Amino acid sequence: MSSWHAAQVVRTEPLAASARVLTLAVPGFAGALAGQHVDVRLTAPDGYQAVRSYSLARVGRDEVVELAVDEVRGGEVSPYLVHEARPGDRMEVRGPLGGYFVWRPHDGGAVQLVAGGSGIVPLAAMARARAAAPTSDAPFRLLAAVRTPADAFFAKELDSTEGLTTTWLYSREAPPASTRPPGRLTLDDVTAHAFAPDVGARVYVCGPTGFVEAAAALLVDAGHDAARIRTERFGGA
Amino acid sequence: MDPAPLDGNSLAGPLAGLFATDVTLVTGRCAHCGDVSVLATCVVYRHPMGAVARCRACTAVLLVVVEHPAGTRVGLPGLAWWQGPAAATTTGAVAD
Repeated sequence: MSSWHAAQVVRTEPLAASARVLTLAVPGFAGALAGQHVDVRLTAPDGYQAVRSYSLARVGRDEVVELAVDEVRGGEVSPYLVHEARPGDRMEVRGPLGGYFVWRPHDGGAVQLVAGGSGIVPLAAMARARAAAPTSDAPFRLLAAVRTPADAFFAKELDSTEGLTTTWLYSREAPPASTRPPGRLTLDDVTAHAFAPDVGARVYVCGPTGFVEAAAALLVDAGHDAARIRTERFGGA
Repeated sequence: MDPAPLDGNSLAGPLAGLFATDVTLVTGRCAHCGDVSVLATCVVYRHPMGAVARCRACTAVLLVVVEHPAGTRVGLPGLAWWQGPAAATTTGAVAD
């Protein structure tokens, strides 16, 4: 798992105004678990290399890597992946990586997912893995904080995924029908929409550092066991 | 502009060539403040030169990873100790 695999872009699809899904063909890539990430290495013609980590948006197919990349303004790698990369472009991929922020179909039990912005990507992979596992009847809930409705990745799919209850929380601009005023995640949001602490759900929180710290603190305030909360923070660029 | 910090999950790739187990699951004690945490939860700054992992509690430097063509070099200036994951979750690891 430590070596670099040659990868080639095979498809790109728009996902949101500043984000898209990239599908890479990666011979030798196998066995990814939901929640894991890969390191992507780009090499410029002059030999300069840049490495970034991206969560897998979907697992279950060997030799295929599906990423959902959000543009970080002024970044070195993500603007290329979101706006320029085309089918046929080559890069390198290392992975699948990480054994901490993962969900396995045989884990069982309720699962609470909490996403900030594009932190929804590895959590979507978990929801998709659960839907694809015929034996899993684990109830899933997703609290997804996004700026505006246009920033909600995979919204249609996540609103209709079997076994998953999704609540979108908008920080800047809510849809007209929404009764919740736009704003940051609050203790009331957690109490109203997340599993109650006595359910004993495994909790996965992913997003920018500030969001992850705030959300994890609210979950503990709401009574969740800190030992059952797993976090992943991302930076980007 | 430096990229925003990541966390210890992002060290899985850089450390994969050096250890037989997934080191991000290892528990470590900060030699500076005594905080005990899973490596996946520390704060990581990635630079073109390598990755610097800092204690989530006191920001002391725990570990530095430099990936070099001649081999991956790891410095552990701020760890009092490391403990592997429990044997129940990773075969071959040491449990207490």
